Amino acid sequence: MRITVKLFATFRKGRFDTEVREVPPGTTVSNVVDAMRLPESTGIIFVNSRHADPSRELSDGDTVSIFPLVGGG
Amino acid sequence: MDKILRVDMGAAGGPKFRTEPVGGFAGLGGRAMTSAIISEEVHPLCHPLGAENKLVIAPGSLSGTAAAMSGRISVGCKSPLTGGIKESNAGGQAAQVLARLGYAAIVLEGKPEGDDLYKIFINKDGVEVSVDNSLKNLPNYPLIEKLKGQYSDRAAYMTIGTAGEMKLLAASIACTDPEKRPTRHCGRGGTGAVMGAKRVKAIILDDTGMKMRPPKDPEKFKDANRRFVEGLRKHPITGEGLPAFGTNVLTNVLNEAGGYPTNNFRTGRFKDASKISGEVQAELEVKRGGLATHGCHRGCVIQCSGVYVDKDGNYVTKQPEYETVWAHGGNCGISDLDVIARLDFLDDNFGVDTMDTGAAVGVAMEAGLLPFGDGPGAIRLVEEIGKGTPLGRIIGCGAAVTGKVFGVERVPVVKGQAMAAYDPRSVMGIGVTYATTTQGADHTAGYSVGPNVLKSGGDLDPLKPEGQVDMSRNLQIATAAVDSTGMCLFIAFPLLDLPETFVALLDMISAFHGVTTTGDDVTALGKNILKMERDFNTRAGFTKHDDRLPRFMLHEPIAPHNVTFQVTDDDLDKVFNW
Repeated sequence: MRITVKLFATFRKGRFDTEVREVPPGTTVSNVVDAMRLPESTGIIFVNSRHADPSRELSDGDTVSIFPLVGGG
Repeated sequence: MDKILRVDMGAAGGPKFRTEPVGGFAGLGGRAMTSAIISEEVHPLCHPLGAENKLVIAPGSLSGTAAAMSGRISVGCKSPLTGGIKESNAGGQAAQVLARLGYAAIVLEGKPEGDDLYKIFINKDGVEVSVDNSLKNLPNYPLIEKLKGQYSDRAAYMTIGTAGEMKLLAASIACTDPEKRPTRHCGRGGTGAVMGAKRVKAIILDDTGMKMRPPKDPEKFKDANRRFVEGLRKHPITGEGLPAFGTNVLTNVLNEAGGYPTNNFRTGRFKDASKISGEVQAELEVKRGGLATHGCHRGCVIQCSGVYVDKDGNYVTKQPEYETVWAHGGNCGISDLDVIARLDFLDDNFGVDTMDTGAAVGVAMEAGLLPFGDGPGAIRLVEEIGKGTPLGRIIGCGAAVTGKVFGVERVPVVKGQAMAAYDPRSVMGIGVTYATTTQGADHTAGYSVGPNVLKSGGDLDPLKPEGQVDMSRNLQIATAAVDSTGMCLFIAFPLLDLPETFVALLDMISAFHGVTTTGDDVTALGKNILKMERDFNTRAGFTKHDDRLPRFMLHEPIAPHNVTFQVTDDDLDKVFNW
């Protein structure tokens, strides 16, 4: 199935901003995160604009947005 | 900080000042001080531009010490914008300098007859209040240029631009940063109009010859400060994200979350958000020879500020903050960072709140004065403020007034003050804060965005009403307390996530005063401040009906989540139920 992965802030370094990729059915959020080999733990993960658990199984057409812990105000 | 300077601007024969002991206000700083004085001494039904209103300027209780992050100054008054009590704070150098001079507060009282404009100079030798009509109608940047030559290099300035002199409701008070640029503003609620009504154009503070305020227990203080700084550096928000990208790192976050108010709160996602994101902004600044990392006051270790330059490397403005980029960017459908930076400069120069000004432009677009996305048109509109034309005065009075003049229903305000860069329908916790805080729609008063969106300080679904009231209440109480210390509110991210950093702050406060301060003391302080503010607002005529969002937000669902605001009125009324 096809998903879109978006990376932000420091996670983009040496990786990409947005990428569409083919993944096998049953792929979870945490599978996608592990594949990124991020240097630190993730902060915020959205699947289709909602917070998602690492164990969440993805569906065809999903967008996964991965941020480090960021803040402001 | 054992004295208070009171300046009666309306005294017969010209302004008279007196310095008195801090008395019953001892131990109070920042918002605790400003709200105590305003709630005790200002008639709640006074005209905010009249002699009965007061403008209180107070450094935080830790300002002027060696504590990291202690550079926030609070300005309080009855707000000409909301009609309620106001505390507006800013970074820059003023807090440190005023605190080291020994003043717990400056209180501007009364109102002079006539047309003269005054400046107030304070140094270790005393106070001078003098007429200086050569400063009339100067915007903030030329004003500082002119004043800089007359005072020492250590001076810190608090000034109003042309907007304050015109007493516009979005008028700000500018505080100079370490490079002496007028870039850190007490923006919200029209404090600049009150300073202008009292005919004070500039306050110049010079602490040459004064020392850092010494703690009662220097060893414990130093150790606590070290542990505190460790926490700030260790936490990813304050140690990495903010220094690298600034507050504008939030553009992509809120946009992905579907909570980014676009085109005057019509939708929660902006198709061009990435073009004006913090990532793009930082890269552009660095590429062009600006700065993506900079501290707005000496002693800041987070360094979330920066310097924005044009394509030729010339200074344009300080790195625009998230709320500014949103207000002038996505809120108006504008996707050009150079346009947004120019607007930020104009706002700083005229001396207006970037948020209410951007929201006003968004309402003007809704009214059809110019199309959404028209960057050059937005610049022309904001330039009108500087010209003092009737249209400029309307925009410079913020979103609520602009909406009334042009017959617009979709006006995103509470108690007359414009909302911030988070839609309350898809970030319901911030909706509770916007509705209920004493300050009018204000995001920093109880930053529910942390738990709702950022997974900081908690984890609460932003799309459901459950838990939002309790969360907003706790944050409003904690924030009122932090606002009294002079500490930058961004310490809240590590404070709420790292218990040892919270302990370090308590230890620092305890070591400074020589009296143990506990978490319960912090809560009690916060509650007390909110109680004073609520009481003032009640006496000023506010009821629970003012603690509500605009009704269109109860009926008009916002994309992409298609939600309306669902926290009930009864639940909103529970925020202050202690």
